[in-house]
Amino acid sequence: MMEIVIDILSWGFILAGVFFVFIGTLGMLRLPDFYTRLHAAGITDTMGMELLLIGMMLQAGWSLATVKLLMISLFIFFTSPTATHALANAANSVGLRPYGVPEKDLRRTSKEDV
Amino acid sequence: MMFAAAAAGLIIPMLMALARGLMGPTLYDRVLAGNSFGTKTVLLIAVLGFIGGRPDFLDIALLYALMNFVGTIAILKFFRYRNLGIAGETGNGNGDGGAA
Repeated sequence: MMEIVIDILSWGFILAGVFFVFIGTLGMLRLPDFYTRLHAAGITDTMGMELLLIGMMLQAGWSLATVKLLMISLFIFFTSPTATHALANAANSVGLRPYGVPEKDLRRTSKEDV
Repeated sequence: MMFAAAAAGLIIPMLMALARGLMGPTLYDRVLAGNSFGTKTVLLIAVLGFIGGRPDFLDIALLYALMNFVGTIAILKFFRYRNLGIAGETGNGNGDGGAA
């Protein structure tokens, strides 16, 4: 009885994780601008990754594999926003501008950015 | 069965991220595609470990997650400053010190 409940739960988590990974990557392929693509890639890195790893943790049970999965999920949970921030900061500092924002609404960081 | 579906559902987004990396208009699109591809690779390695019944694969996935982050930051720093820091230099790391 307990195995069936755990199987159904982990099926749900893994299918939801695959769905979010697919949605995030579809957004990364289809959205019009670098910053919107950055937002779509964040969906893959948080929701899809966490749901997939929780599904795998349910299958692994109480073992060393669960501890390793927890470590992977913690590392990605902290490093992915850091990498995203570094990427957005680098793109902004070389003058890549957001799509669809009027020119007068952009705060300029220096004179030669115009 | 469950993990085979998860592996198939990860390989298709990996190909899509690869397509974005190949046709990305700017450098930052390509770096983003590489970072996202790496995250999906970590998940695929973990799923393959469950398919084969070998939990050792999770160690490789953990190492890959660390390498992916460090690689992304290193690529960004390299394209910003054109080097990764000069050996023996103790400045702020922007690479213009010591070159005289």
